[in-house]
Amino acid sequence: MDTEKKAKDRWREAYEGRGERDAEFSTMSGVPIKPLYTPDDVEGDYDDKLGYPGQYPYTRGVYPNMYRGRLWTVRQFAGYGSAAETNERFRYLIDHGQNGLSVAFDMPTLMGLDSDSPLSLGEVGTEGVAVDSLEDMEKLFEGIDMGEISTSMTINAPAHVLLAMYVVAAEKQGVPPEKLAGTNQNDILKEYIAQKEWLFPPEPSMQVFKDMLVYATEHMPRWNTVSISGYHIREAGSTAAQELAFTLSDGFAYVEAGMEAGLDVDDFAPRLSFFFNSHIDFFEEIAKFRAARRIWATVMKEKYGAKDERSLLMRFHTQTAGVSLTAQEPYNNVARTAFEALAAILGGTQSLHTNSFDEALALPTEEAVRVAVRTQQIAALETGVTNTIDPLGGSYFVEALTDELERQAYDYFKQIEDMGGVVRAIENGFQMEEIAEASARYQREVESGQRHIVNVNIYEPKDESDVETHRVDPTVSEGQVKRLKELKERRDNGRVEECLEAVKKACREGENVMYPTIEAVRAYATVGEISSAMQEVYGTYRETPVI
Amino acid sequence: MADTIRVVVAKVGLDGHDRGAKIIARALRDAGMEVIYTGLHQTPEQVVEATIQEDADAIGVSILSGAHMTLLPRIIDLLKENDAEDVLVFCGGTIPKEDIPKLKEAGVGEVFTPGTPTRKAVEYLQGQLVG
Repeated sequence: MDTEKKAKDRWREAYEGRGERDAEFSTMSGVPIKPLYTPDDVEGDYDDKLGYPGQYPYTRGVYPNMYRGRLWTVRQFAGYGSAAETNERFRYLIDHGQNGLSVAFDMPTLMGLDSDSPLSLGEVGTEGVAVDSLEDMEKLFEGIDMGEISTSMTINAPAHVLLAMYVVAAEKQGVPPEKLAGTNQNDILKEYIAQKEWLFPPEPSMQVFKDMLVYATEHMPRWNTVSISGYHIREAGSTAAQELAFTLSDGFAYVEAGMEAGLDVDDFAPRLSFFFNSHIDFFEEIAKFRAARRIWATVMKEKYGAKDERSLLMRFHTQTAGVSLTAQEPYNNVARTAFEALAAILGGTQSLHTNSFDEALALPTEEAVRVAVRTQQIAALETGVTNTIDPLGGSYFVEALTDELERQAYDYFKQIEDMGGVVRAIENGFQMEEIAEASARYQREVESGQRHIVNVNIYEPKDESDVETHRVDPTVSEGQVKRLKELKERRDNGRVEECLEAVKKACREGENVMYPTIEAVRAYATVGEISSAMQEVYGTYRETPVI
Repeated sequence: MADTIRVVVAKVGLDGHDRGAKIIARALRDAGMEVIYTGLHQTPEQVVEATIQEDADAIGVSILSGAHMTLLPRIIDLLKENDAEDVLVFCGGTIPKEDIPKLKEAGVGEVFTPGTPTRKAVEYLQGQLVG
C-alpha cells in the first residue's frame, strides 16, 4: 500500500512538473475532470452499484446478453408530405424487410391544428406528414396490415386523437386494439419544459395522459403509452445532468399519475420507455446512460414498490445531437454523429437514430440518410465494440462520472420535490430557467473561445463547400386543404357536433376522454376540431418566456 | 434614431425550438440593446403588431420549421402595408444556402445560419442602426 501511495505521489509530482496545455478540462456540462482516475475515485460495492447485466440495479445493461444476443435497432425517424406519399414510403420500407414504422407528423398536426388553420401557413407537410382526420390515417396505412407491424408515432399534445384514429383505422381493417403494437411519444411534461408544443395547461394535460394510460392498459397490452423524452430537453440547451434529472423526474410523475388513476404500478410500468440525446462529450454521455438505468431501477423498486422486474428496466431509444451539427463544412458532421452514436452504443441503447450531416441546413437528402445508417452499421459490424457487454464498466473515470451525474440528478429531484412536484416546478418556470442558464453559459464559453467547435470558432472555414439540400413539394399544402374542405362537406356534420359535445362533457365531468374521442374520430371530426372542443373546457396555455 | 437600439426577437412558426431565439435575445440585451422577446408560435401579423407598438428598430426572426420562404416575405409585406418598411429584418435558423439570396431579395437584411457567433449579429445591428 505504501509503495502504491508513493507511486501516486511520484506521478503527481512528475505531472505537475510537466504542466498542462491551455485548455478547458471539464465536461461540456461543466463537471471538472481530473487528470487521472484511480481506484481511490471509485466508492461502493461492485454488486450493489454495478452488478451484472440484466440484474438489479442494471447499471451495466438491461439484458443479460445485450449486443451479443441482439444488436440495437436502427430506427430512423421520417415522414413528410401527404398521407398518400408517406404510405408509399412505408410500403417500400416494408417490402425491404422493415417491420417497424416511425411516423413524423407535420407541425400543425403536432399543435392540434388543421391544415386550413391560418397558423398552419407554410407548415403543412413540411416537417412531417399532415393528418387532419381519420381519412388521412386510413390512407397512411392503406395496404399495410396494422396487426402485423409496430408503429411509433411522434405525437404529444393531441396524442389521444391520433391514437384514437389509429385504433379506428385498424378496426376498419378488422384488427382489434388488443393486437396493435407500437408507441406514441405522448410526453407532455417535456413539451412545457423544452419542445413547447402544447394544447392545454399542465394539469388537464396530465388528466388526458391518465385517460390514455388507463385505456391502453385495459385495451392495448402491446402499446407503449409514453416515451419519456430527454432529447428535446438537451436540444433546448440543458446540461447532461439536467437532461437526466428532468427526464427521470417526468418519468416518476407519470408513474404517480398512473397510480393516482388507480392502476397498479406493475400493470403499466413495464411499458414505459425512454428517449435520450447523445451529445458530443463522449464519456459524460456514457455516464449519463449508465446512471439513468441505475436511478430508474432504484427509485421504481424503493419508492414506488415495483415488484415485476420489467418495471425496473429502463429501455431507451437514443438520437444523436442535432444541436451539435454545424452549417459550416457540413461533411464534418459525419464525424460528430459517429462519435455520438458510439457513446449511445457504449451506453447500452436499445435503438438508435443517427442524424444526417446536412440537418443544420434542411431536412436530409436520401444520400445523407444513407451515410447516417451506414455509420451505425460500421459501428455494429466493423469496430468490435459489441463484442463484450458494457466495455467501459469498471473504468475508474467512467464509474466516478456515473456517480457524479447520479448525485446531480438526485439533487434536482430534491429541488423539484421541495417545489411540490414536476407540474408545480413547470408552473414556476424552474426547469426552463435552469436550461436557459445552462444554454447561455455554454454559448458564452464558445464565444469566448474557452470551448472549441471546429469550423465555428477555430479553424474557421475559408472556402465553404456546397451540399445539395432536400426540398419539400410546395403543392402538398394546397392538396391537403382541398381534401379537408371536401371532407367537411361530405361527412355528417350533425353527428360531428354531437360527438364534439360528448368530448366536452367527458372533459367537464372527469370521464375518460378516450372513448368519446374514438367516437368523434369515427365520425371524421378533425384533430383541430377535437382539440378546440377540449380547449373550451380545459383552456389554453401560454408560457411566460424566460430569456 | 433613438440612442438605444430596440429589437423585437420573434419566434415565428409552430415549432418550439427556442434555444437560438433566447441566446440571441440575451446577447443583444447584454450588448446594451432593448430586447422584446415575443415568445413562441407567433404569426407574422402578431410580430409586426408588436414591432409597431414597441416602436422597434429591428426584428430578429428565429425560424427552424422550414416555413421561412412563406413567413419572412409575409412579415416584410406587412411592414410595408403599415408604413414601417424602415424596420430592419434579420433572421437566423436552419436555412438552406440557396434560399439566402432569395430572402435578401425579398428584403431581409441578413441571414445568420447555425454556428454564427452572436457578436456577428450584434455588430451587424450596430453597423446598420448606429451613426
